[in-house]
Amino acid sequence: MKRVIETKQVAGQSPNYLLAKFQDLVDWAVNSSRANSLWPMPFGTACCAIEFMATAASRYDFARFGMERQAFSPRQADVLICAGRLPFKLAPVIRRIYDQMPQPKWVISMGACASTGGIFDNYAMVQGIDTIVPVDVYVPGCPPRPEGLLYGVLLLHKKIKGESLFDRVPRRDEQPLDDHGLRLPPEQIDEISEPFGNSVHQFRSA
Amino acid sequence: MNPSVDALRAAFGGGGGTAIGRALESCGDTIVYVGREALLDVMAWLRDTPGQTYDYLVDVTAVEYRDRERPLEVVYGLRSLARRADLRVKVELDPQGDLTVDSVVPLWRGADWLEREAFDMFGITFRGHPDLRRILMWETYAEGYPLRKDFPLRGRFSRAEQVRQALAAHPEAHYSLEELSIADAYSELPGDMKERLRRGERGALPDSE
Amino acid sequence: MSKRTVELELATPGVDARGQPLRVPLGVAEPDLAAEHMLINIGPQHPATHGVLRLVVELDGETVVRVIPHLGYLHSGFEKLGEYRHYNQIIPLTDRTDYLSPMANNVGFALAAEKLMGIAITPRCTVLRVIACEMSRIISHMVWLGTTSIDLGAFTPFLWAFQERERIYNLQEMWTGARLTTSVTRVGGMMADVPDGFVEGLRHFTRTFPKTLSEIDRVLTRNAVWVGRTQGVGVLTAAEATNHSLSGPMLRASGVAYDVRKDKPYLDYETYDFDVVVGEHGDVYDRYLVRLEECSQSNRILQQALVRLPDGPVNVADPRVILPPKSRAMNDMEAMIYHFKQVMEGVKAPVGEAYVGIENPKGELGNYLVSDGTAKPVRWRIRPPSFINLSALSRMAEGHLLSDLIAINASVDIVMGEVDR
Repeated sequence: MKRVIETKQVAGQSPNYLLAKFQDLVDWAVNSSRANSLWPMPFGTACCAIEFMATAASRYDFARFGMERQAFSPRQADVLICAGRLPFKLAPVIRRIYDQMPQPKWVISMGACASTGGIFDNYAMVQGIDTIVPVDVYVPGCPPRPEGLLYGVLLLHKKIKGESLFDRVPRRDEQPLDDHGLRLPPEQIDEISEPFGNSVHQFRSA
Repeated sequence: MNPSVDALRAAFGGGGGTAIGRALESCGDTIVYVGREALLDVMAWLRDTPGQTYDYLVDVTAVEYRDRERPLEVVYGLRSLARRADLRVKVELDPQGDLTVDSVVPLWRGADWLEREAFDMFGITFRGHPDLRRILMWETYAEGYPLRKDFPLRGRFSRAEQVRQALAAHPEAHYSLEELSIADAYSELPGDMKERLRRGERGALPDSE
Repeated sequence: MSKRTVELELATPGVDARGQPLRVPLGVAEPDLAAEHMLINIGPQHPATHGVLRLVVELDGETVVRVIPHLGYLHSGFEKLGEYRHYNQIIPLTDRTDYLSPMANNVGFALAAEKLMGIAITPRCTVLRVIACEMSRIISHMVWLGTTSIDLGAFTPFLWAFQERERIYNLQEMWTGARLTTSVTRVGGMMADVPDGFVEGLRHFTRTFPKTLSEIDRVLTRNAVWVGRTQGVGVLTAAEATNHSLSGPMLRASGVAYDVRKDKPYLDYETYDFDVVVGEHGDVYDRYLVRLEECSQSNRILQQALVRLPDGPVNVADPRVILPPKSRAMNDMEAMIYHFKQVMEGVKAPVGEAYVGIENPKGELGNYLVSDGTAKPVRWRIRPPSFINLSALSRMAEGHLLSDLIAINASVDIVMGEVDR
């Protein structure tokens, strides 16, 4: 009996068959609508923004996947696509824009620099936007090909379709900044910002 | 060697002064060292003298060497568009000492942002610059001057501390003092700027005194 | 406050002779709206700023009194990184400064490094680099055209321009493997020779590209809306442009006939037959005309380059500078040692310094390298044309309307990666 109660608290699916079917139907309708008309907020900074524009142009055209209208105002956007590197000076700006987006909202981190800091492991660059905003899909590449970005968008569709309105613990939670002003504990930020690989040559000047 | 060097020595070298230092050639470019105090006069002479007419400022930057004994150099790239001649002028400063040099903004307006960048990256103060504040980093950036050799590549603070300081900066709080006092200071704008604004390029400005 | 006092304050004092209620004078003087200027903020996230640029605009009604640009939102520490990388490792970094014309950046840096090291490149490499530079000029101007049209309200040229870019991207991908971050040069040569089909593909492009240019020309050049929004806007005289150290189409549109390819030729540009496009009035319309015509001139240069492309090696035959071919490095001891030394220690440059300025699509891109004899430069300075061109923005925008400010900002053709480095 205890296990049934635990399951019920985590996933909101009702044990009643008809109710569960109804919940599935509602989830299917809501998630399909959300996934098939994700309006992107292009937070384009650098080279990835050019590949983003190429994905929006006629050859690759992500309007086919529902991203017809690029919402330049965060108030009207569904998914924040951070395309390009994020320096520290721009960090409060992206946090502000993320906070301004209404729920439901998702974040795609496009490119190596947005995901991890890329080739810029230096004083000026945020080592991954996930230290500042929660990220749903990471698209690797420098810059990712338009097909790569489209694949990332399709992965996000898949993720959205796996969500449920009735979950007690929402799978898409928002992590506001804690009283340090950080999204993650400082040790975790330092850990994920550590340089990758074991080449010391990249930090030696002569 | 660019003949301007000899002309400079003739014009400024008299009296055993330290105005014009050594001159050398590197990879086909002529470089001449100028004393810090004489910089503004030398630059004005180079721009205005009929045979020189270096009317185009290519670049203003600074170089600090890995060898701590060598001085920090402020490098000016000058060009004469009509004569198609280039000249590189350098001023040597003590990297551990006072990094101050005169600003050449009164001569070439293009030096405005270039000198602000040199200030931001190296900490060099340009005397007489109209608006010397950081341009690439945020104005309250506390880690130092990034392009100095004693500044580590990944910065002085830990990553978490850098994120915290970055997030603590309010994006819209960084109006400079100049901007905050604009509305009050309209009456104090210089006369020629007021004239330009009054004439206007398109349409007429309402008289808003 | 008691209820009675409030009622007294809100009560009208009576009616006048026509029966209209008398107006109650306010206790506080009304603010003089005509004298106050408004400070508004555009950016850093804004569709029309062409990147992360923040403009603080002081407005008197709709007229711009002053505009103060704030930069640094894309500052990535390139110059600091350059001090920690070998010369060939800096080439991928150069892709990312001006990411609209990456091949030209690669060429500019390679020329500076070769000048520093005293290396003379092969004839085939020279012509290939001219091809790379002119292809980059075309794609950069296509982005400029597309985004400026969008800013001024015309969406279709954006799609046409980006379709042309896709064709060049195909060629770039054929050659280097990457659409955007090409890293096509190496110190002493190129990363690879052009593959089969490249020359034919580029020749086909040069034959069909003028048609797209003429389509865009027909749609925009004599369009009343376009002309009305761009003529007379953002005027800079030749003396001002020179004094502000502008370069490229910004300088030429103001009437100064300075083109680095003609005045300080590199890569044998003096042997090509092309015109320098110079404007007259220095307004946004002239800049548009200059850039549009520059695309045709680039097409002309490409056709000539394809005709004269000589056979021969692409890379210099110096094994201390250029990596030996992989097959030899795997089989021959000496080649393996050269490979090892270059990869692990890097190519050492002699003590000295070099500056090379090339005609980037945005202006004069300069690379200033200072070496102390080691494999990593002491100082790598990028002379950024967009940064310097942007500094004239406040001068150009005074007295114009807010929508003109958008047009002027678009005409400067900035790429924030280069402005902020």
